[in-house]
Amino acid sequence: MTAVEFLMLTKGPLFQAALAVFALGVLVRLVEILALGRAHNYAAPRGSAALGGLRTMYKRFEPDPGTFKAAPFDVVVGMVWHIGFIVALLLFIPHVELIKSTFGIAWPALPNPVVDAITAITILGLLAALVHRLAHPVKRFLSTPEDYLIWGVTFLVMITGYLAYHRLINPYPLALGIHILAAEIFLVVLPFTKLTHMFTAFVARYYNGATFGRKGVQS
Amino acid sequence: MVTASPHRPDGRPAPARQATLGESLRRNGVSRRGFLKFCAATASMMALPPSMAPAIAAALESARRPSVIWLSFQECTGCTESLTRSFSPTVENLILDTISLDYHHTLQAAAGDAAEHAREAAMHANAGEYLVVVDGSLPGPGANPGYSTIAGISNYDMLMETVADAAAVIAVGSCAAFGGLPKASPNPSGAVAVQDLVKDKPVINVSGCPPLPMVITGVLAQYLTFGKLPELDQYNRPLAFFGQSIHDRCYRRPFYDKGLFAETFDDEGAKKGWCLYRLGCKGPMTYNACATMKWNGGTSWPVEAGAPCLGCSEPDFWDAGGFYDALSVPPGNSGDMLLAAGAAGVAVGAGVGLLARSQAKGAAKQHQTVTAEELEQKL
Repeated sequence: MTAVEFLMLTKGPLFQAALAVFALGVLVRLVEILALGRAHNYAAPRGSAALGGLRTMYKRFEPDPGTFKAAPFDVVVGMVWHIGFIVALLLFIPHVELIKSTFGIAWPALPNPVVDAITAITILGLLAALVHRLAHPVKRFLSTPEDYLIWGVTFLVMITGYLAYHRLINPYPLALGIHILAAEIFLVVLPFTKLTHMFTAFVARYYNGATFGRKGVQS
Repeated sequence: MVTASPHRPDGRPAPARQATLGESLRRNGVSRRGFLKFCAATASMMALPPSMAPAIAAALESARRPSVIWLSFQECTGCTESLTRSFSPTVENLILDTISLDYHHTLQAAAGDAAEHAREAAMHANAGEYLVVVDGSLPGPGANPGYSTIAGISNYDMLMETVADAAAVIAVGSCAAFGGLPKASPNPSGAVAVQDLVKDKPVINVSGCPPLPMVITGVLAQYLTFGKLPELDQYNRPLAFFGQSIHDRCYRRPFYDKGLFAETFDDEGAKKGWCLYRLGCKGPMTYNACATMKWNGGTSWPVEAGAPCLGCSEPDFWDAGGFYDALSVPPGNSGDMLLAAGAAGVAVGAGVGLLARSQAKGAAKQHQTVTAEELEQKL
């Protein structure tokens, strides 16, 4: 197989298949959660559930002072690489073009050197997170194979993208194909692992916030 | 100057004494200075040290006109056009005049049987030494040969017969090198590339639609100078010309690096000459020498004219997605598939959720209560 054939395979049938698994898997999990429903609460509401839910969805982005004091590394590094990942995913020009062609929506992007720098920081953040996970006895004890798997698929997407952008693998169609394949592995793994927190985190935040909002208390 | 002996070691009569390239060039009015400049340019183009220029000059001057048989199969004549029309007399052009182009059915005066006899005569007289240049793809051995014939001979038969005694084959253009347009999906004529059929001779691919004329002359010059074929990349293309991508040598590259892109063909960015990535430029994945050698005698090239690179020197570029879609955009339409997968996901998710709900209800119904007294009695 030539490099171009490999690229066309990853861009064509494999991309379609990965996208199908991703869309099907994520929607199965989300709709399943939502379809479960909740028991009716007969108590009179003291506040707005929806407002409380939305407020908490946002509020959880702010690091909790207690958590920051207890684990500053996790808060700072975790936040840095999560933001970096999202910026690289959504604000890199080739990705915006891909999203535009697939979903029909587009938004402004960042200049390439900015995304490049953020990507480098994200890769370093991911490496630091792994080292910390391995070095910290409690974290290591708590880690399951799934944790290492999702670290691996996330890191693979970032590092292959960086290598492709800097043209460090030759020929370029091979570099790009490897990056696209890594993204496809990420998409396929996502619905069946903790990576679903990309979507379910917001469902959980809303649920928590709505429960407290209804009671008229802070969450 | 070495004179040809009347007989070869194997007893076949030698071809008549022919002018060397040096003699022919001088007769055509090319100055020594112009010729040496060409040799120096050829040396630098092929990434050779400048000290090789005199060696190239010496070799070219004493080289005999090599016999070249040019076979045109499923092609559009664009490659021949590129080669013959792009230069008004230059050294490269004269080099080409100076090869012995014994058969080229577009350019030769002879027609019909006479033309075919010229091919057979050239093959016989130069057996084992002639070069075969092919432009165009050809119907493969399993396809209907009737899709393309010359003088009643199928392309496949003509290629195999001509190549049998050739020194090497040069596949000129993306059709000959990779199948090109005829091989594009759904490939109705069963087209294949030359390298799919010729396995026992060196095949050099000079891809491009059309290829740069200088690349063809460069390959011929290298063959004449060193008597061997150039170093090739994974697609059997001469590394000297196909070693670097358009993107890496593009004069618009600084705009890519700064993140400045034209978004339509007539916006401010396009007028300012910004990067054409978002307009579908395939420069990042295309390996060719357009950015450095340019076209029409160094006048311009597609990206300089404001058109994104189509990637014409890469295999299967016709099927590699829309010409005006960015490189990151997958070919085909994933919208319907995405909708279908999404709908299936919603249906399955709702089904699983409702099933869990009804199981919970059923469990609640079957839930049996027990009082403290009943428990006391059981003890």
